[in-house]
Amino acid sequence: MHELSIAHNLVEVAMEAAEHNGMKQVRALHLRLGALSGVVKEALQFSFDVVIQGTPLEGARLVIEDIPVKVHCANCQEARVLPEPFPMRCPVCGTKTGEVLEGREMELYALEGGEEDTEADRKSSDCGD
Amino acid sequence: MKKIQKLTGSPRIVEIRQNVLKKNDLLARELRKRFQNAGVYVVNMVSSPGAGKTTLLTEVLTRLGERYNVAALVGDLATENDAERLRKSGAQVRQITTGTVCHLEAEMIERTLEGWELEKIDFLFIENVGNLVCPASYDLGENQRVVLFSVTEGEDKPVKYPTIVNSADVAVITKIDLAEAVGFQRKLFREALNDVRPGIPIFELSVRTGEGVDEWIARLEAEKASFDKSSIPAGS
Repeated sequence: MHELSIAHNLVEVAMEAAEHNGMKQVRALHLRLGALSGVVKEALQFSFDVVIQGTPLEGARLVIEDIPVKVHCANCQEARVLPEPFPMRCPVCGTKTGEVLEGREMELYALEGGEEDTEADRKSSDCGD
Repeated sequence: MKKIQKLTGSPRIVEIRQNVLKKNDLLARELRKRFQNAGVYVVNMVSSPGAGKTTLLTEVLTRLGERYNVAALVGDLATENDAERLRKSGAQVRQITTGTVCHLEAEMIERTLEGWELEKIDFLFIENVGNLVCPASYDLGENQRVVLFSVTEGEDKPVKYPTIVNSADVAVITKIDLAEAVGFQRKLFREALNDVRPGIPIFELSVRTGEGVDEWIARLEAEKASFDKSSIPAGS
């Protein structure tokens, strides 16, 4: 289980980014997690909640977006999203393909800020979930 | 802490787009550059505990050691046992004890290399902590990641641990001398590997009988030779 150390890394990256962007309070972290990232989502959620305690991120939510595997099919000459990561076959023509275009991500995509926002900001705060 | 003046309220949603493991990845990239400049070909060996990493590595170090300068780093939660086994090959070996950490990280590699003259090393083998899950996420600056399975592990093992197989460059099936005794189904195993990493080169070997070891050594030497060739223009 390496999710705990990944949670530590995530918090570190997020705190740096928050400071860099002048964000005093972070309400949510948006993470893109590829199906090939090797990270168990539930374990990461759990670890995150533990790791943020006593840090400036305490109380923040972790919002995880699952990124499916996208491969390049040499036969179709197209990028294809796989419904399941394995087996790695083109879902259209069935050709085996190992050329992964997406699905390895473990990326802090965005931070959602907090309290000191203006009214105008608050109105546009819909983050879409 | 640097204070940043706000112009108009605090930002609501800020796009960050940063790799969570960027620290490890940046360090791994630096290591890879150092290895490249020094001409060190680096192999990261991953497997479950007991697949035979140390046995194979001892053999490889002994045989390559006759013609090359070889070195190894070996990761375990505790004990120096594996390093002591590997040292019997005559190679320079350092143990990395991780405590409770279930994988090696680039920072551990950098720290443990201190004092070694990389220019004098041709091959560096990194024996990762026995674990088929966590080491998948950590780049160590290697040129090649080798995933090992023994024939006793069952044909569906690659499908059970697809992420690490998918991150590997080559697969080695060990203890092939036991294949018959344990009813190892070669075809199924190869298919399973190909389902999760289409086209992955597969080597079968047994250190005990010597079967397939020559081929493995030849592969390492060929990879090293093409690495040396590719290093020349980069360094000039």
